[in-house]
Amino acid sequence: MEPAIEVDGLVRSYSATHGMVRRRRSTVEAVRGVSFQVARGELFGLLGPNGAGKTTTIKILTTLLLPTAGTARVCGLDVVADTRAVRTRIGYVFGGDRGLYDRLSGLDNLRYFAELYAVDPRGLRARIDEVLDLVGLGGREGDRVEGYSRGMRQRLHVARGLLHRPEVLFLDEPSIGVDAVAARELRAVVAHLVEDGTTVLLTTHYMFEADQLCDRIAVIARGSIVAEGTPAQLKDQVADDRVVEVQVFGIGEAEVARVRAITGVTSVIVEDHEQAQALIVHCERSLDVSAEVVAALDGVRVGSIATREPTLEDAYISLVTAAEDG
Amino acid sequence: MPRRLVRIWLLQVKQMSRSSFEMMGAVLLPLLFATLAFYVLRAGTHPHALLGASIGAGLMGTWSTVLFGAGSAIDHQRWQGTLELIVAAPTPLIVVLLSLTLATTTVGIYSLVATMTWGAILFGVPLDLVHPAAFLVAIPATIVALATLGLLMASTFIVLRNANALANTGEFPIWLLSGVLVPVALLPTWVQPVSSLLAPTWGVRALREAALGGSPWRAIGACVLCAAVQLALAAVALRRVERRARDRATLALT
Ligand SMILES: Nc1ncnc2c1ncn2[C@@H]1O[C@H](COP(=O)(O)OP(=O)(O)OP(=O)(O)O)[C@@H](O)[C@H]1O
Ligand SMILES: [Mg+2]
Repeated sequence: MEPAIEVDGLVRSYSATHGMVRRRRSTVEAVRGVSFQVARGELFGLLGPNGAGKTTTIKILTTLLLPTAGTARVCGLDVVADTRAVRTRIGYVFGGDRGLYDRLSGLDNLRYFAELYAVDPRGLRARIDEVLDLVGLGGREGDRVEGYSRGMRQRLHVARGLLHRPEVLFLDEPSIGVDAVAARELRAVVAHLVEDGTTVLLTTHYMFEADQLCDRIAVIARGSIVAEGTPAQLKDQVADDRVVEVQVFGIGEAEVARVRAITGVTSVIVEDHEQAQALIVHCERSLDVSAEVVAALDGVRVGSIATREPTLEDAYISLVTAAEDG
Repeated sequence: MPRRLVRIWLLQVKQMSRSSFEMMGAVLLPLLFATLAFYVLRAGTHPHALLGASIGAGLMGTWSTVLFGAGSAIDHQRWQGTLELIVAAPTPLIVVLLSLTLATTTVGIYSLVATMTWGAILFGVPLDLVHPAAFLVAIPATIVALATLGLLMASTFIVLRNANALANTGEFPIWLLSGVLVPVALLPTWVQPVSSLLAPTWGVRALREAALGGSPWRAIGACVLCAAVQLALAAVALRRVERRARDRATLALT
C-alpha cells in the first residue's frame, strides 16, 4: 500500500513587497527541499521553531499553496494535479480563534461545513452528534460561536475537521492557547483517531505532546529537515549527554561564554522564563560539571540546580540550535 | 449540488441577518429611501409614479447592499479565516461563493420589499401591481442577476488586481450601467448596448414592467439568460483566481 503522505524535494518561496513608497521585492525561501513519507495510520510530528516552514508544508499538502518545486502526494494523489480528489480525503485544522462563523451556532457551523464536504444528509445529525461527543462539546452546540471560549472554538475546529471522516488529518498547532486539561483531552482525541486508522500529521511547539503522541517526528529548521526518527531515536542523539539545568536571574553574555569554555560542556542554551532564565548545559555523560558551572556563574544570582537525563526537548533544542548556527 | 447550494445560502443568510450593523442598514435604509421617494416625487401625484419611485428607491438599497456585499465577499471570508477552509473543501469554490453572493443579494432584495412596504404604510403608496405573478418571479430572477454579476466582478477584479479598494471603484460604473441606480433610458445612448448585456438591467426592467405595466416576461427571460452567461464567465475567472491565490499565498491574511 502506498504511503499516506509522500513529499519529495518540496520547495516553496514567497515573494514579498516592502515599503509603501519605494517598493522593493524580496524572496523568502520558506521550504527548501523537504522530503519525507508518512505511512498509513501513522501519527507524524513536524517540529521546528517559528518560521521553520511547518505551516507552509502543511498548506501545500492541503492544496492551499502550490509548491515552487518538488512534488507532494496524499493517498497516492498529486496535490497539484488531483486537487479535488485530495480535498475529499483530507481534513485540516489549525489553531487559533479564526475560521468559524461567529454569529452562527456551533451546530450551524458544522452543518455548513458538512455541506462543503458533501457529507451524506441522511445520518448527518447523527454524525454531528458523534463528533461533538468525541471532542466533548455536546450540549453546547446550540450556542452561538461568538460566546465560545478559546478551548471550545478549538474543539469545534477539530469536530469540523472530522465530519467527513478524512483519511489523513492535518493538525497545525491544534493545542495553541488551549488550557492544560483541554489539551490533554485533545491529545486523547487524536490518539483515538489514530487507533481507528486515521493518518495524522501534527505540528506543535509542545515537546511532551510530540513525545507522547507521535510515532515518528521530523525536525525542520530554516526550511530543511535536520533530523527524522521516532522520539526514542531523536533522544538517542543526545543520549550521551547529561543535562545540568540552572535557574539564574539576569545572566549576561560573559557568563555564558565562561560556562561554554568549561571542558566537557557540549552546548549551552539560555531560555527566558517569566522572572528567571534557565541555563541548560549539556555535557559529556561521564562528567559532572555542576560545580564548575556554579563557579563560572560567580556574581549571578542562582536559583535551583538540577542534573537530569536528556528529554526530547533537549534533543530538539540541540538539533535546532546546531541547524540555526550552521 | 443544488441542495447544497441552497443550504449554504440559507446558513449564510442566517449569519448575515445576525449582524446588527447589516440589519440596522436593512431596516433603516429602506425607511429613509421610502421617505425620500415620497417627498421627492410628491409633486407628481400620479399614484403609479409613486409606486415607480418606491421601487427605484428600494432598488437603491438593494444596490448598495450588493455592491458592498458581493464585491467584498471573498475579502470578507479571507478576513474571517474561512476562505482557506472553503478552498480546502471539495465543493467547487464557485458554488460556495455563489451561495454567498446570493445570500448578500437576498438581504438586499429584502430592502426593496421593505421600502415598498414602508411606502405603503407611511405614505399610502399603492401596491397595485399590474402583473403580480410576474413581479414575484422577477424578484428571484433579479436576485440571481445581481448575485452572478457581483460574483463575476469580485472574481475578475481579483484577477486584474488585488486591492479591494480599487475593485470597488471599478464596480461602481458597472452597477450604474445596470440601471439599478438610474433607469437605463436616462444613460447616454452609447452605453445602452453595454447595459443590455448585464442581467440586472433586465431584472430591474422586469420588476418595473411587472409593477407598472409592460411585457415583464420577456425581460425575465433576458435576465435569466444574461445571468447564465455571467455565471459561466465567473466560473472561468474563479478558476484562475483560485490558482493565482494558491500561487501567491493570498488565501490567508498572513
Ligand atoms: N504569505 C506569506 N508571505 C510571505 N512570507 C511568508 C508567508 N507565509 C509564511 N511566510 C514566511 O515563510 C517562512 C515559513 O513560515 P511558516 O508559516 O511556514 O513557518 P512555521 O514553521 O509554520 O512557523 P510557526 O511555528 O511560527 O507557525 C517564514 O519566514 C515566514 O515569514
Ligand atoms: Mg505555523
